[in-house]
Amino acid sequence: MSPSDPAPAEDPDVLLTVTGLHKAFGRHDVLRGIDLSVRRGKVLVLIGPSGSGKTTVLRSINGLEIPDAGVVTAPDGIRVDYSANPPRKDILAMRDRTAMVFQHNNLFPHMTVLENIIEGPVQVKGIGKAAATADAVALLDRVGLAEKRDVYPFQLSGGQAQRVGIVRALALKPQLLLFDEPTSALDPELVGEVLAVMKELADEGWTMVVVTHEIAFARQVADEILFMDDGVIVERGTPREIFTAPKQERTKQFLHRILSPLD
Amino acid sequence: MVSDAAWELFWSSLWPLVSGAITGTIPLALISFALGLVLALFVALMRLSRNKVLSSIARGYISVIRGTPLLVQLFIIFYGLPSLGLTINPWPSAIIAFSLNVGGYAAEVIRAAILSVHKGQWEAAYTIGMSRARALRRIILPQAARVSVPPLSNTFISLVKDTSLASVILVTEMFRVAQRIAAFSQEFMLVYIQAALIYWVICLVLSSGQSVLEKRLDRYVAQ
Repeated sequence: MSPSDPAPAEDPDVLLTVTGLHKAFGRHDVLRGIDLSVRRGKVLVLIGPSGSGKTTVLRSINGLEIPDAGVVTAPDGIRVDYSANPPRKDILAMRDRTAMVFQHNNLFPHMTVLENIIEGPVQVKGIGKAAATADAVALLDRVGLAEKRDVYPFQLSGGQAQRVGIVRALALKPQLLLFDEPTSALDPELVGEVLAVMKELADEGWTMVVVTHEIAFARQVADEILFMDDGVIVERGTPREIFTAPKQERTKQFLHRILSPLD
Repeated sequence: MVSDAAWELFWSSLWPLVSGAITGTIPLALISFALGLVLALFVALMRLSRNKVLSSIARGYISVIRGTPLLVQLFIIFYGLPSLGLTINPWPSAIIAFSLNVGGYAAEVIRAAILSVHKGQWEAAYTIGMSRARALRRIILPQAARVSVPPLSNTFISLVKDTSLASVILVTEMFRVAQRIAAFSQEFMLVYIQAALIYWVICLVLSSGQSVLEKRLDRYVAQ
């Protein structure tokens, strides 16, 4: 299928398609034609060296980054066409379907944990405060942070803050969860508690797109892995295909570098 | 040695001066500051706007306000505008001049405070579905407020003292009362020092108010 083809026939099981994504920062091409799709309940993991463009792909899905060309679609006719200066309402519709967890949690520092979580549901989705609070408390309980509901973000450890960030995303009841290197800014001993929550979400059937350097997580949790380098998808496949039998030389080199850094 | 007559003048002029502060200086400062802050917020947003025309207007406004003396601004409004057929009474003239002045200075403070909020805060607000306006109101401005309290307190304290300039356009605030008493009694030193002390006390009260406000806004920041 060439990028100029119309969007694929609506398959309600495909929660996201990205077609022909291009982006340049100045004279540097960060994305040079990215195509991907995610099916309901699946976990797509993007790996690759720093600067390969994987975060830009993720941020193009919800319009935090505006690519120069490309189309992002979701079920029910949601379609953001970046080639034609997309209307704001299209981007807002896509954001309504997605929620994001950031590398630096980006919790709102002036709000308590609970206020952080109910802000979107109450202010944006118009859910009553009582219902949103009950929902938030249940979610906090699930990630083991119920007793932190009334503290401010600065009183949390990095791992706790990131778990609250995940709860804030879940509270929006998105169809698609986007994770932008959620453990890269954490101290090593705090990474596990965050990955454990993410694995649980995957097991529960959440649809996720994850940018990460955590190879063990990708191996265990991903349904599909995309290896990106220099603005293109070099190789894609199941974890087994990518990690045990990579076909492309660049994939082999990358995996070798991160799996045996001292060789 | 302070004479009995001087003491008597001190006590008899105390209430007129304090009363001038209560009915003149303080309301003049409060009203002008409130209006000026609203204006400043709009100017700051214009200045930050990607619209070249809006940001140029804001930039020009700030430049003129900061580049000309407050006394001259006051004279243009009170003594200058009548020659264009627009006569404004002393009180409104003073409020307009002071508000415009605060608007220019505070706009830069607010702009810097908005810019000081990390970009990730905007992004997090957008990803939970907020519009730009709602993100600004719910997420960015509350954080910018904390940063701007110290510099805006300076602006307010300067304004309280600057209201004395209104005396030259015949507004009966504390300093104009002081000038009258001084002229009548010929005790310039005593009366002006008395006025100075009252300004000082007002500013001390404001400074402690600033500390209270800063503490309150700092409750969500690691100490």
